[in-house]
Amino acid sequence: MGLEEYKGVFIFAQQVDNEVSSIALELLGKARDLAENLDDKTVTAVLIGSEVGGLVDELAEYGADRVIVIDDPELKEYRTEPYAHALASAINEYKPEIMLVGATAIGRDLGPRVSARVHTGLTADCTVLEIGDFPLVAVPGKEDEQKHKQLLMTRPAFGGNTIATIACPDYRPQMATVRPGVMQKIEPKKGAKAEVVNYNPGFTPNDKYVTIDKVVKEVSNVANIMDAKVLVSGGRGVGSPENFDMLKDLAALFKGGMVSCSRAVVDSGWMPKDMQVGQTGKTVRPHVYFAIGISGAIQHVAGMEESDIIIAINKDENAPIFEVADYGIVGDLNKIVPELTKKIKAEQEAKANA
Amino acid sequence: MKIVVCVKQVPDTKGGVKFKPDGTLDRAAMLAIMNPDDKAGLEAALRIKDEDPENTTVTVVTMGLPKADEVLREALAMGADEGLLITDRVLGGADTWATSSTIAGALKNMEYDLIITGRQAIDGDTAQVGPQISEHLDIPVISYAEELKVDRAAKTVTVKRQFDDRYHILTAKMPCLVTALSELNEPRYMTPGGIFDAFKKEVTVWGRDKLDVADENIGKAGSPTVIAKASDKVAKGKGEVVTPDSPAEAVNYIVGKLTEKHVI
Repeated sequence: MGLEEYKGVFIFAQQVDNEVSSIALELLGKARDLAENLDDKTVTAVLIGSEVGGLVDELAEYGADRVIVIDDPELKEYRTEPYAHALASAINEYKPEIMLVGATAIGRDLGPRVSARVHTGLTADCTVLEIGDFPLVAVPGKEDEQKHKQLLMTRPAFGGNTIATIACPDYRPQMATVRPGVMQKIEPKKGAKAEVVNYNPGFTPNDKYVTIDKVVKEVSNVANIMDAKVLVSGGRGVGSPENFDMLKDLAALFKGGMVSCSRAVVDSGWMPKDMQVGQTGKTVRPHVYFAIGISGAIQHVAGMEESDIIIAINKDENAPIFEVADYGIVGDLNKIVPELTKKIKAEQEAKANA
Repeated sequence: MKIVVCVKQVPDTKGGVKFKPDGTLDRAAMLAIMNPDDKAGLEAALRIKDEDPENTTVTVVTMGLPKADEVLREALAMGADEGLLITDRVLGGADTWATSSTIAGALKNMEYDLIITGRQAIDGDTAQVGPQISEHLDIPVISYAEELKVDRAAKTVTVKRQFDDRYHILTAKMPCLVTALSELNEPRYMTPGGIFDAFKKEVTVWGRDKLDVADENIGKAGSPTVIAKASDKVAKGKGEVVTPDSPAEAVNYIVGKLTEKHVI
């Protein structure tokens, strides 16, 4: 494999029902960042679907220099084989140095199949991506064997208890699936345009094409906690489903404020699974995360530790949540939370009238 | 109908994860169990067998150290017909690419209509080996199965598969591979008779020479990915923790910080 033939950072621009998924924009943000440290700074989005040409400008505004559009009626609804064929063919044709895919339900199905087809490594569910040296420290006497400008892919394993950094020094592309909600989108540049490349490797259904008998969309009115700016998150310590009302009152004071919860709360049936933060729930990174009556099991922390400001209220001074909180308050949440809501409301009103 | 179920022996994390002084996982100090998603896959296979026991065989395959024989015995005690252990020193240190090539190398020398794997193992959490096996075998894959039905006459499998805001009902032609979620079912217990029989049964052991796979695609040397660094997770730096005398004092403290950070 002529590794030097492989150039630029590519992302799989996931779309569903002809709407760009948030993960695609997050990947573009990260791709821009990585490309700055590479010789070839081109960021390419691979857009796969049916009649998806209208999405190109959005990808350009979020950082794509070039968009490879693979448009075919066979690609209307996601299916493993035609999508794997599309992405693997694009990789073989355009030879990216780095290929990023979201670790979504679609990406975690597509990524492994494509990596096996193009014969390269794939690192799952990454939370940190950097450009650096491999080995990290050169072996004495073998300095010339150290490879530079490699993609270093960091991921949690073992339910978040260990963390490993992986490289793919001898195969291209260097391929990773990236956990949603972790990478930052860039500020969109209104009116930005990308070079458009139309590409179609041909889609002839074979035995590997599964049949979609039915698609059932589950109507969800629940706002996505991954989009929240402020999360007021409750744990078992909140005591009852009724007590979540006081968390809702607090969240309502903030623009983009929402309520979320720990796994224990979902297991008790107090809140729906959609609201769960953590290893088996969602990864969130709001500006402010209130952890209220949450002990802070490692699986929970894995889903919220990237929040900008973490404020924890817990009556147990030994709760592990205090290890990750920026501001920890040991006390009775039932007394503190309603008071806090009242006080913030008063402050906001005072400011509005000032 | 021939069903092959791929299982992995993993350390149990329920009792907490234990580390050696050097920060690496102390696997010996932790109980070894059958990976939960794989066990759900095995249960799904056994339920298909229950529909027509005379005409169905369930073979369980694992790759690992000789000790992984234990999960095969457990599978036999639950009702599987045969067990195959793939073990060889040259297979060690494999990443998902090399692991999937190796297991596919064994499957190429077996007969199967349906292959079931777990979605992901609780030690690696990658969810990659199942789909990668299907690619090496050039057969269809349906990952993350929540429900599974087989039509023996039509030679098809129908699966309910969840995506973020919707689910698909998908039908694939056999032979195919399905990855199972632990939500799929509640696995049965081993029966006393089953346990007794399981230890009388022969487990087949295959070394490298029984596998239809090229040398460059196995073990550490056949693995495109390499670990640059592995560590115990480092917690974020601890902030400040206060114990206010009254709720009012607690509230003033929080509002002070939120104001300082321009949140309010």
